[in-house]
Amino acid sequence: MSPYRQLVHQVRQALLLGLLRQGDQLPTVKEVVASVAINPNTVLKAYRELEFEGLVEGRPGVGTFVTRSLADSSLAAHAALRKDLKGWLAKARRAGLDDASIAALFESTFRAGPNEGVA
Amino acid sequence: MSAAIEASAAGKRFGRAWALRDCTLSVPQGRVVGLVGTNGAGKSTLLHLAVGLLRPTEGHLTVLGERPGNDARQLGRVGFLAQDVPLYSGLTVDDHLRIGAALNPAWDGTVARARVDRAGLDRRQRTGGLSGGQRAQLALALAIGKRPELLILDEPVASLDPLARREFLADLMELAADGLSIVLSSHLLEDVERICDHVIVLAAGQVRVAGDVDELLASHKVLTGVRRHADLPADQTVIRQRHSERQSTLLVRTARPVLDPSWTVSDVGLEELVLAYMATPPPVTDVVPGLRSVS
Repeated sequence: MSPYRQLVHQVRQALLLGLLRQGDQLPTVKEVVASVAINPNTVLKAYRELEFEGLVEGRPGVGTFVTRSLADSSLAAHAALRKDLKGWLAKARRAGLDDASIAALFESTFRAGPNEGVA
Repeated sequence: MSAAIEASAAGKRFGRAWALRDCTLSVPQGRVVGLVGTNGAGKSTLLHLAVGLLRPTEGHLTVLGERPGNDARQLGRVGFLAQDVPLYSGLTVDDHLRIGAALNPAWDGTVARARVDRAGLDRRQRTGGLSGGQRAQLALALAIGKRPELLILDEPVASLDPLARREFLADLMELAADGLSIVLSSHLLEDVERICDHVIVLAAGQVRVAGDVDELLASHKVLTGVRRHADLPADQTVIRQRHSERQSTLLVRTARPVLDPSWTVSDVGLEELVLAYMATPPPVTDVVPGLRSVS
């Protein structure tokens, strides 16, 4: 994944998981490039993309702020679901699946969609 | 605003051999430029022309609108880190800072000292005892103390371990965020992809392609399809082609979308694009007019 895609993905992920909330400030361009060593224009481009999607807002001279949270009321269910998932992962490891097999099994089940899901 | 580097048919000959020939390009300011090419492609020659250590045998080259190394003022506008990080091993870090102050009219000792301290260097230490990463950090501090508008680096991270390399590049990107123009040569395409927004590919002493990364990626496509002799519209140029028994894979430069449905069209990554240009021999004549002067 290009550094640009990676940045957009990371911010979106943080929004979905509730790690970033409305009103939170994103790190400045300078802070990002100083910590991950990427081109400043890449960061600007990623922020513009997020702005275009209506997720953040740049305030000139102040910074870039989250305008919309992607985590909704379902966030409350995360803790319980995470616990179930951890239990499932432990079960899969006991059955002898390695990380790659677990990822493949999850991916293929997920991709198969709701039609073939457990009813 | 004048270009960071502007070259018009510039060439440099050593004896009978041309290290660089017919170099025409225009690098805008405010970019982080990656200069890539195989060993002996002419990278160091181009950089040395840009800092005024060499004079072109033919053609013209200006840096920030002036002839490189014209006078002390012009020299002060450009910082340069040579490949071998030349420092005086018997002198201390502090001695180097004093030399910087004595030799540069616009020296900013506060900036230089702050960089040295941030890199964790002991100012009383002789530079002979510094690690590769520390030497690079000191050289960068000296170059930045000049308060240059353009910083030129010849393979700055080649000798650094991965951690020192990452720290050095992060520092460079911080400087770029402040508006410093940067030109660096590197063999590490992974770094170039992370930190550069403009690339110049040299092969056999000639500029093969140059331009903003976004524009280059948008104007190149990979076509795959049933093996055939590529018969493309006039405005699509094949940069590299590979044919297996059944399949043809082409990298083409095109200004328009590829419409022929018999090709599967996909985007190209910067590394693949650069490698393709590095590997192909320079055209005998300029088959793609304007290809080498991206402004």
